Amino acid sequence: MARIAGGVGCSHVPAVGAAIDKGRTAEPYWAPYFAKLDRARRWIAEVDPDVCVVVYNDHASAFSLEVIPTFALGLADEFPPADEGYGPRPVPVVRGHPELAWHLAESLILDEFDLTLVNEMPVDHGLTVPLSVMFGQPEAWPCAVIPLCVNVVQYPPPTGHRCYRLGQALRRALESYEGDERVVVFGTGGMSHQLQSERAGLINVDFDTEFLDHLVDDPEAVAAIPHLDYLREAGSEGIELVMWLVMRGALGPRVREVYRATHVPTSNTHNGLLILEDA
Amino acid sequence: MASRRRDYDDIPGTIVFDGRQSRRGYALNKFLMSLNQPANREAFKADEAGYLDRFRLDDEQREAVLERQWLRLLQVGGNVYYTYKLAACDGMTFQDLAGAQTGMTPEDFAAMMRDGGRSPQGGG
Repeated sequence: MARIAGGVGCSHVPAVGAAIDKGRTAEPYWAPYFAKLDRARRWIAEVDPDVCVVVYNDHASAFSLEVIPTFALGLADEFPPADEGYGPRPVPVVRGHPELAWHLAESLILDEFDLTLVNEMPVDHGLTVPLSVMFGQPEAWPCAVIPLCVNVVQYPPPTGHRCYRLGQALRRALESYEGDERVVVFGTGGMSHQLQSERAGLINVDFDTEFLDHLVDDPEAVAAIPHLDYLREAGSEGIELVMWLVMRGALGPRVREVYRATHVPTSNTHNGLLILEDA
Repeated sequence: MASRRRDYDDIPGTIVFDGRQSRRGYALNKFLMSLNQPANREAFKADEAGYLDRFRLDDEQREAVLERQWLRLLQVGGNVYYTYKLAACDGMTFQDLAGAQTGMTPEDFAAMMRDGGRSPQGGG
C-alpha cells in the first residue's frame, strides 16, 4: 500500500511564485517570508516523497465558466505550466503518475466521490507555487504530482465537511494501492484574504490562528465551519481554506504538528504553511 | 430579475461570485478568459473595441472594459480572477487590481497591507 508520509498546508500566492522566478527572494519585503521556508524544505527533503497529491484550485486557466467541475483529478503523464494571461511561469513541467491516479479515480468514484477525470490540463499558480515553496527551483520537480483540483472560484465551493470526507476517502484509496509509494498530500490556498471589491485587503489573523489550531486537534469542528463564516471572517477568497481539509482528512484522527509558519502579508494574503504527520 | 436574498448579501464591500453574478457576467468572463492566449492579447491591444465585438458584452460591460472601471467590472459580472487577465494586459499586479477596487491609491493600499491588512471589524 502507498504510505502517507505527511500533509502540507500551503498558501498559493502568485506573488510568491513571481518573487522566486524573478530572483527577488532576498529583497527586504520578501526575505522575512522566505526565511521561514527552510525548515519545511528540510522536512520534505528528508521525507523524499515519490508522489505529492496536490489539492488546489484552478484560477481560470484549465477551466473556465464553460465547464466547472467541483472536484477534478489529473490523470496525465504531464501537466504544463499554464499561461494565466501573462505567460507561463518558468517552472518545470509537472510529471504525473497515471497508474496511481487511475487507481485513485476508481477507488474514489466507487467510494461515492463523483470526480471529473482530466487527461489534459495545464496547471496554474495554485499548484506550482506550493511546489516552489517546498522544493525551490530544481531543474525538474523531484517527485510525481497528482493534481486534485477543487472549484472555489464559482460559488458555492464544496463544503468543508465534504472536503474532509474526500480526504478520508483519499486515504482509503492510497492504502488500497498495490505500490509502496511514499505520498505527501498538499492542501493549498488561503489563509484569509479578499482580492475584490471595497473590502479587498482583508486579513483576519485571529480566524486563521483558530483555524490552524483546530485543524490540528479538532478537524471535525473545522469541517463544520459554514461558508458564510469563511466569507465574512476570512474574506471572499479565504474560502479556499476548505482545501486544507482534504489534506487533513487524508491524515489520521490524531496528528503531530511538525511545523507552522505564518506571515503577514505576502501581497494581499495572510500566508500559511503547516506540516502535519500522523501521530 | 427576481432573486431571493442570500445569507452573505449583507457582507459589506463584497461581491460573492455566485450564480447571479455568473449569469450576468458570462460573456464578459468569456472575453476575459480569451486573454490567456498570447495572440488574443495582441489582437485586443491592437484594437480593443474591435476585439470586443467578437463577444456579446452589454453596453455597461463594454464601457467598464474600455474605461478600466475595475470595481464596476465586478459589479457587472466579472470574476476577479478573470478580471486580472485584463489588468495584467495593462502591466498591473494583483495588488494593483485589488487596491484599484477600493478607491485607495496604490501606495496607500500597499501600505495598509504591509501594516497587516484591513481589519475584519468595521469598514477597516
